[in-house]
Amino acid sequence: MNLEIDIKREKKVSYVHLKGEIDAYTAPALKNKLAPISEESEPFIEVNLKDVEYMDSTGLGVFVGLLKTVRKQGGKLKLTNLSPRLERLFHITGLDSIIEISRKGED
Amino acid sequence: MDKCIDYIEMKIPAKTEYIGIVRLTLSGIANRMGYTYDDIEDLKIAVSEACSNAVQHAYGHNENGEVRIGFSLFENRLEITVSDDGKNFDLSKMKENTGPYSPSMPIEKLSEGGLGLFLIKTLMDEVTIDMNSGVTVKMSKLLNEERMRNEQTSWSKTKQ
Repeated sequence: MNLEIDIKREKKVSYVHLKGEIDAYTAPALKNKLAPISEESEPFIEVNLKDVEYMDSTGLGVFVGLLKTVRKQGGKLKLTNLSPRLERLFHITGLDSIIEISRKGED
Repeated sequence: MDKCIDYIEMKIPAKTEYIGIVRLTLSGIANRMGYTYDDIEDLKIAVSEACSNAVQHAYGHNENGEVRIGFSLFENRLEITVSDDGKNFDLSKMKENTGPYSPSMPIEKLSEGGLGLFLIKTLMDEVTIDMNSGVTVKMSKLLNEERMRNEQTSWSKTKQ
């Protein structure tokens, strides 16, 4: 019940790969890891959620916070490879109309 | 007919690292009862939200608290109670910033939390919150076939 956070930089884009569970236990570390890359000027961040097996409102909160910083800095945030479960979570909370997301297999 | 068949209880220290253990126990129980994959995932989120609330709001940084989770197994549903002895959170305040986001909200004003209760209510069939000494969230989810039967009854009622 952990979360592996892997951040790779390719030119201007930060690719974040997450593996495991995003809950109240793992969210604070995720927030800390994402903070420095989101505070740059014009950050472009793509988060791959393919291997995220579980996520609840604490995870959603992290991404809302991330979006706020990224937009303030004039950048862009994209969440990719959402499973049907995660997609549903973004849909029922209305976040799918606020954060750019794409389904598994769409990229 | 509406008799609790079995009751399982667990108690965890009020620390976020144990919420995953509650999820594991819960999926074991729900799987055994015959819930579908999607229903089990819904249950996991709802129960985790209630546990996170208890750990973070009731106890804050006091890690000596405990959270009790009770699973009542009925023939047609699973009823779960999550309770703590911490301080009551301000429910009215919590309700204010709960609910889905809408695209018209300015990004900088979006709240980074407070969706917990909304998710519990959306994902479960029945939810009650008691505040006496501490908070007790009681929630239940019907087994799939049972829900379908209920929907059919209400549908035929509206038809008449």
